[in-house]
Amino acid sequence: MPGLPMAPMRVDLGPADPAIRFVAKNMRLDQRLIAEMIEPGSRVLDIGCGDGMLIEHLFHTRGCDARGIEIDMKEVTRAVAHGLPVMQGDADQDLEHYPDGAFDYAVLSRTLQAVERPREVLRQMLRISTRALVSFPNFGHWQMRSQLLLTGRMPNTRTWDRPWFATPNIHPCTIRDFFALCAEEGYAVERWLAVDEAGQKTPWKRSAWFANIFGEQALFLLRKS
Amino acid sequence: MHIGVAMDSSNEPLSETDHNHVCFADGLTLECGIHLGRLVVAYRTYGTLNQNRSNAILICHALTGDQYVAERHPVTGRGGWWDQVVGPGRPVDTSRYFVICANVLGGCMGSTGPRSLRDDRGADTSPEPWGTDFPPVTIRDMVAAQKRLIDHLGIARLFAVIGGSMGGMQVLEWATTYPDCVFAAVPIATAAFHSAQNIAFNEVGRQAIYADPDWHGGRYWESNRIPARGLAVARMAAHITYLSEQALTRKFGRRLRGGQATGLFGDMFEVESYLRHQGSTFVRRFDANSYLCITRAMDYFDVGFEHDGDLAAAFAGTRTRFCIVSFSSDWLFPTAQSRAIARALNRAAANVSFVEIETDKGHDSFLLDEPDFHRTLLGFLKGCAEHAGLADGADAR
Repeated sequence: MPGLPMAPMRVDLGPADPAIRFVAKNMRLDQRLIAEMIEPGSRVLDIGCGDGMLIEHLFHTRGCDARGIEIDMKEVTRAVAHGLPVMQGDADQDLEHYPDGAFDYAVLSRTLQAVERPREVLRQMLRISTRALVSFPNFGHWQMRSQLLLTGRMPNTRTWDRPWFATPNIHPCTIRDFFALCAEEGYAVERWLAVDEAGQKTPWKRSAWFANIFGEQALFLLRKS
Repeated sequence: MHIGVAMDSSNEPLSETDHNHVCFADGLTLECGIHLGRLVVAYRTYGTLNQNRSNAILICHALTGDQYVAERHPVTGRGGWWDQVVGPGRPVDTSRYFVICANVLGGCMGSTGPRSLRDDRGADTSPEPWGTDFPPVTIRDMVAAQKRLIDHLGIARLFAVIGGSMGGMQVLEWATTYPDCVFAAVPIATAAFHSAQNIAFNEVGRQAIYADPDWHGGRYWESNRIPARGLAVARMAAHITYLSEQALTRKFGRRLRGGQATGLFGDMFEVESYLRHQGSTFVRRFDANSYLCITRAMDYFDVGFEHDGDLAAAFAGTRTRFCIVSFSSDWLFPTAQSRAIARALNRAAANVSFVEIETDKGHDSFLLDEPDFHRTLLGFLKGCAEHAGLADGADAR
């Protein structure tokens, strides 16, 4: 296997700026919503699992065979030292090494916007897993729109809280963009919901248009149609 | 001191020590087809085997290691080579697990090896050691000998097999040859096959031994000497590969040691002094022919060989839980080689954890005080114990 990277890629911004390759996790917010969508006893791969909280939750409360991939070695060490099956790896590089249909669910929580090839990562997820659970921050939220419109500067909100030069989120998208990609790739959206930053469900479930304006994050359950 | 002055390594023969062992009178048929008539496996155990015989952990030692993992060494008088990892309250907790370590086949601490008396001659000839006539052994042969020991101890399934470097090769061999006997496997700082570069380094060591006039074609017992200089040079060259440039710079830099300069080589760099010390102490505890034998076994190692290089096929269907550990500054068994194992295990849909520990201490890191590594090992074993139904406390007794 030529050209395998030996360490996670970091963008070095000099001493003043921390590395930005890693996505800040707040598993607590997504965990409950994601776990609710997973059948007990399933095989789950959590891609970008952080310190493995979701894995542990799924193992202990739903009897799942849950494993994880995480790019940040510190998080990996923390997870493994906690007894969780996590390996250091990268959504862009490592999914191709799993066999077809190895999992019932592949979870990608608030990571899609930070990968190099989001479409390829989704394809890999739905190759190695029957279903994909994907959450991402919605770039179409009204605050983003209004800030860009009124100030002419890149938006800065509690969800998108880093300046343009220091954000790991290189592929932001809106809820409607994601629907369009699913249609193009032939993925069936089995369930979707828009939530606020605190993970509370917001009541625009029936309308993607409204959700795209008022939802800060989105969570999708996909399978190949 | 002038050019060509040898190290102060004594070339007296190794002392004879009695090692705890088991003898299998029916011997062992090796991978090369040769049958060893008599198989001795020297081993040490720590802790207590529980009633279900389900808490056994096998530790596999590296090239120049031995079975004295966690106690004073009978030859060197020094502490166990993995005292920091194995013991009560340590990551491999001997108050919880029954820990076994055997001297490898081909070794020189009591198991059958080149120093053993040969068993392929009639009773009328006077007994002499195998020397370089000892059959070529492989990592698989070493593991087969360990399997005999495990059977002898009445253990059907090992809770875990753990080892670094060549020990890690044995772990991989256990997991592929006896998958149902291994609940959890921890290959540390190792590779699925020995690289060309590593074979090359081993060859330098072997040539150093051959070049020593005291080697006498491997029959050095006849002159009652050992090829101490050659073996010491082999050790020195190998020792460099166990460290890293950063670690050498940090420990020694360009510092000189003592004395006034009386000539070109009057002063000694501290790093030279350190390596000479490594060389001269090594020859007092290790047999040159064992060194030749075991380095060869490492060179032969290639887990995927029987599967046309497809490592995933070697692990197909495995239910063992793996924890792969590498060290960032290890250039002898670099992280890429560990990652290749992890990815092969992914292809085999195995349960695998994979951690690269950040350190500047090179390959030897697995023997040193690396808190992140120790935490990883502890946590992995704890998680596995939960899955294996090995409860804390009482019933582990």
